[in-house]
Amino acid sequence: MASLVGSRVERKEDKRFLTGKGRYTADINLANQTYAIFVRSPHARASIKKLNIDKALKSSGVVSILTGKEIADDKIGGLIAGWAIRSEDGTEMKCPGNPPLAKDNVNFVGDPVAVVIAESLTEAKEAAEKVEVDYKVLKAVTSTADAMNGDTIHEGIDKNLCFDWLLGDRQKVKEAFDKADKVISIDIINNRLIPNAMEPRACVADYNAASEEITLYTTSQNPHLSRLIMSAFGNVAPEHKLRVVAPDVGGGFGSKINVYNEDIVCSWAAKKINRAIKWVAERSESFLTDIHGRDHVTHAELAVTKDGKFLGFKNETIANLGAYARVFGTVTPTYLFGPCATGVYEIPAAYTNVKAVYTNTAPVDAYRGAGRPEATYTIERLVEKASMELGIDKTELRIKNFPTAFPFKQTLVHTVDSGDYVAGMEKAKQMADYKGFEARRRESEAKGKLRGIGVTSYFEACGIAPSAAVMSLGCGVGLWESAEVRFNPTGQVTVYTGSHSHGQSHQTTFAQIAADELGVPIENIDIVHGDTDKGTFGMGTYGSRSLAVGGIAIVNACKKIVEKGKRVTAKMLEANPEDVEFKDGEFIVSKSNKKKTIGEVAFACYLPGVRDEMKSPLPEGDEPGLKETSFYDPSNFSFPAGTHIAEVEIDPETGHVKLEKYTACDDFGRIINPMVVEGQVHGGLAQGIGQALYENAEYDETGQLMTGSYMDYTMPRADNFPEFNIGYTCTHATTNPLGVKGCGEAGAIAAPPTVMNAVIDALGGQEVTMPATAEKVWKACKNLKKSNSKAA
Amino acid sequence: MKDFNYHSAKDSKEASKLASSSSAFLAGGMTTIPSMKLGLATYKDLIDIKNIKKLSGIKVSGKSVTIGAATKHVEVANSKDVKKAIPSLSSLAEGIGDPQVRNRGTIGGSIANNDPSADYPSACIALNATIHTNERKIEASKFFKGMFETALKKGELIEAVEFQIPEKSSYQKHPNPASRYAVVGVYVAKHKSDVNVAVTGAKSCVYNDKEMAKALSGNFSSSSIDGMDLDSSDMNSDIHASAEYRASLVVTQAKKAVDAC
Repeated sequence: MASLVGSRVERKEDKRFLTGKGRYTADINLANQTYAIFVRSPHARASIKKLNIDKALKSSGVVSILTGKEIADDKIGGLIAGWAIRSEDGTEMKCPGNPPLAKDNVNFVGDPVAVVIAESLTEAKEAAEKVEVDYKVLKAVTSTADAMNGDTIHEGIDKNLCFDWLLGDRQKVKEAFDKADKVISIDIINNRLIPNAMEPRACVADYNAASEEITLYTTSQNPHLSRLIMSAFGNVAPEHKLRVVAPDVGGGFGSKINVYNEDIVCSWAAKKINRAIKWVAERSESFLTDIHGRDHVTHAELAVTKDGKFLGFKNETIANLGAYARVFGTVTPTYLFGPCATGVYEIPAAYTNVKAVYTNTAPVDAYRGAGRPEATYTIERLVEKASMELGIDKTELRIKNFPTAFPFKQTLVHTVDSGDYVAGMEKAKQMADYKGFEARRRESEAKGKLRGIGVTSYFEACGIAPSAAVMSLGCGVGLWESAEVRFNPTGQVTVYTGSHSHGQSHQTTFAQIAADELGVPIENIDIVHGDTDKGTFGMGTYGSRSLAVGGIAIVNACKKIVEKGKRVTAKMLEANPEDVEFKDGEFIVSKSNKKKTIGEVAFACYLPGVRDEMKSPLPEGDEPGLKETSFYDPSNFSFPAGTHIAEVEIDPETGHVKLEKYTACDDFGRIINPMVVEGQVHGGLAQGIGQALYENAEYDETGQLMTGSYMDYTMPRADNFPEFNIGYTCTHATTNPLGVKGCGEAGAIAAPPTVMNAVIDALGGQEVTMPATAEKVWKACKNLKKSNSKAA
Repeated sequence: MKDFNYHSAKDSKEASKLASSSSAFLAGGMTTIPSMKLGLATYKDLIDIKNIKKLSGIKVSGKSVTIGAATKHVEVANSKDVKKAIPSLSSLAEGIGDPQVRNRGTIGGSIANNDPSADYPSACIALNATIHTNERKIEASKFFKGMFETALKKGELIEAVEFQIPEKSSYQKHPNPASRYAVVGVYVAKHKSDVNVAVTGAKSCVYNDKEMAKALSGNFSSSSIDGMDLDSSDMNSDIHASAEYRASLVVTQAKKAVDAC
């Protein structure tokens, strides 16, 4: 039987998605449901003096209006940060309370203060307009760089500082810098982004008064984790009385990891009014209240010798958390950022210092790449600058500092199990025709255009990951994953995975894996996920962990099935279990022609006895049925890596940047489905290029979001991109049986520095902040013209 | 969206009769509907004019192209007659918004709304258009009064726009990367006796840049406006472009347009 792993199997999910038969949360309508509208703060920072719902209550169709007071009275818990981070001085991080409905203070535009529940959506909206909130508006803190000098947002949190964290050794770094021939330094801003999943957030909450169960349908990347948080911290219901279903989910990119205010409020309120409640975000609510990403201000330095050897690295970053610390809010700028700060290089001394600050803006949390794009942007901009200042070719300088032996023990945290960075670089150069660039630059110049080339070599730590490691770093949960493989008596297979697919194609790729392991046709395998009632537990999908963690749990559960199958076959065929081999769906007694198919074995497991022709006694010690479970906890993160090369052409008259060529050469280890991986790379690149050239979330000084719609927030479109030139090198991960590495975030991690390095190369080394909009580049072109004419 | 009464008028007379101080004419609805959804506008009555046959269609004579007010952008973009008579007009229509907008939005709706960044008003100015309403004819130069403001009176309905066919012309825009509206759009048209340089996006309302028009009348070459330093003091400034940048773009786009003529 041909192996399915590695082939371009068409997506099983496409039939329903392409024919409009997907079932998203907003498609769910329950009998007698009501509709919720949230009353949100129009101010970035204010105290609530008075909240009057009398008029609104009289509005037609209103069922109930609930406020921060009721939710506090019912002792419903607030939203939480999932990782405890300790400051350099040993103190614990400082997190403010974050009630699902604000009672006394609001801290960003969109912070909800009340929920209006009515018979229809229109009536809910009309009533919400009649809720009177008397705010005392306070001065907002909105700037990341200046947040520590602003008014105190949360009582008792001095300088708006959540923590001041250090990874690395300042003394060793100082010694390295003392020995340096040259220090390259850079000041950069990692611009704030809005995730913009295609499907806005939504939830439908239902309460069954007889069983006292709450069912919450919600747009989540991790329904079990949501249930745990809502139960253990939200006090919404005990876990066994709370079912969370995340059906088809239209994109997450990290923004749907969090439990949100609306999930808790609707679940709690559904029980209170004993009716189902539906809430669907409007796009403007998504802009305001989905978690945002990135938002760092960084100063970094690289100590080098004159022949280009890296000696030391320091990174001083201020990271904006927004108004509150959420689930991955505190780990994103620390353990997902700092350990990757030295990139793919041997740098003997390094430290990263992060000051995480609160501001009156939407909470900032994990967004595709989470910490690793920020780390990669910093080191790769620095290395590019070093290449310019040292006059060493950008690819040569990188190669000179690559590790050549694996496992590669990095200076800060990670031991990278496998990789071949030189091979990746060489292949990328060939794919991009790096050699031919100068000729292309001259061609552009002849047309009056500026052309630049940019390179990035990246690695990232994903597939998060070993519970022991993450818990020692402050994680509030273990990051294993579970799988359950169940055979029906007639031979079809259901695989439950604790991962969640919201665009990742698990229905196909996980079925490919199970089909190969079990020798069962792929059409007889169903992948089930996204419902806390359908499996024991799952940690969900983020950090490119579905395959490297969840996929391995499936492999392990399949192996247990095969082991049992061997014992059952041996009993049926009166052989020794050690003599039974399993291949392509058949259990074969070696050196004989005796065999049983896996279907026959499954049937036998459900008919444990002997009757007439049926002879399927089970071996002693084995129970009937054929179902196995695995909770897989990996021994390490997975470390994909690669080199990307971009070329841009700039029109100096308008500043317009045209991305002419983009080459991505990635090492994702073994690839399960090349078509799906290409999709992941394309999507990641689109978001990474979006960050470099288009996307920017901008608040004014009063905390109003200036880019709150697609009229002002530039989502990249297909015509902004060239055809991507994608290729791979392959070193198998040694830390998991499939040899796989994560691929979901690589594009978003590598693309921003690749594109910006190209833009800055075209501009003769002039720094431009992301996004490199036409006006910024136009100004830089004017400066370039001035300095060139002076030089002449 | 607040409730409203929907009317479908069968002719201009009926549409006009239904109009009141709390009504709006509905053509493509590309601005009206989103404004109502966002609560920025509320109307008691919406008077749909799309079904008035007389308002749709394209007529080309020796000297002019006349486009019915309810004609969609896609129809202008695809019209062989327009492409032949004024190619720049069909390419302008082809570049408005996105396919959804082009398949709903109309020329009459666009100029009645007079968005400072809309494309069509610049065509009206550059091509010495005459706006035909159910009451009168208005010259384009007297039609666009200010930001979202026109010479139309309440209840007055645009029926058609008549464009003068120029000797040569071109429309060039620098689109806002998010909305794809014009940050700056410049429509240059060379007629027998004059040159117009109509600019959209740069100021609160479309205008004819007399300085550039004069320079081009003397010598219709991009070199005659190259390096021109325009006054940016009354130009728009927002998160997408400063006034200074817009002033530079006006010249750049005008040069491109002249070169493309």
